[in-house]
Amino acid sequence: MSEFLNFHYDVDGDNFVSAGQASVQVKKNLRQLGLPTEVIRRVSIAMYEGEINMVIHANGGTADVDVYEDRIVIRLADKGPGIKDVALAMQEGFSTANENVRSLGFGAGMGLPNMKRYTDDMQIDTVVDVGTTITMTIRLA
Amino acid sequence: MKISTIVELLDADVLTGVDHLETDVHSACGSDMMSDVLAYVKDQAVLLTGLVNSQVIRTAEMMDMVCVVFVRAKRPTLEMIDIAQESGIVLLSSEKRMYDACGTLYANGLNGARHE
Ligand SMILES: Nc1ncnc2c1ncn2[C@@H]1O[C@H](COP(=O)(O)OP(=O)(O)OP(=O)(O)O)[C@@H](O)[C@H]1O
Ligand SMILES: [Mg+2]
Repeated sequence: MSEFLNFHYDVDGDNFVSAGQASVQVKKNLRQLGLPTEVIRRVSIAMYEGEINMVIHANGGTADVDVYEDRIVIRLADKGPGIKDVALAMQEGFSTANENVRSLGFGAGMGLPNMKRYTDDMQIDTVVDVGTTITMTIRLA
Repeated sequence: MKISTIVELLDADVLTGVDHLETDVHSACGSDMMSDVLAYVKDQAVLLTGLVNSQVIRTAEMMDMVCVVFVRAKRPTLEMIDIAQESGIVLLSSEKRMYDACGTLYANGLNGARHE
């Protein structure tokens, strides 16, 4: 394991307005590190989708971004309701979001598939009534 | 097309980003669903929307968009303007409705999506 940088954030589950702040900050940090635009965009979108999910589905949690020489690892952990059927949740269009979430512009059931699409690896560890940890890896060329 | 041309075509108010009006943009998209913007948009620089909350600005920022146009005379909150300012995103507000605003820009040469 080579040297790495870690960025850690607490994601407030009660505040939809502040949701996404961690992702904005990570994007700024990665820009400062001078990483390629395309890499930064993939990390940003994947993390933002996950961060929004933690707020709208799991009452918040923590976000960690580890930057290694050859990869970036995003770890989103919450103590929310967990995901009952991961295969179903991964399908485009599947969402349990309510009308309120939809009126805020989310809840199309596109987030998890989008996170998978923008990352090289995605692991979902989830236990119903205990929580969910999603680990995403983006390789640096 | 320069953002200043969008301002003219849509008869829009500039709410923040006056310093960036000479930026050149080549494509745009219109949506009230940020989920769809995050999932389907690729390389569009301008977002037209009737949705007003801070996630609109953060979505634009994540997608590397440079300009958000609020249609139907919607006005962002001060907090949204602050977030946009910090990220150098231009915010415009136009009285036009979504269909008219998109149609006007399209007819004047601003493209939509290039599908993968
Ligand atoms: N962290 C989480 N905790 C509990 N359930 C989750 C979590 N993330 C996702 N889910 C479940 O998986 C479903 C699908 O998630 P996904 O992100 O694809 O769609 P969405 O969040 O409902 O809508 P969109 O992402 O398009 O705004 C959610 O509706 C929810 O039921
Ligand atoms: Mg989601």
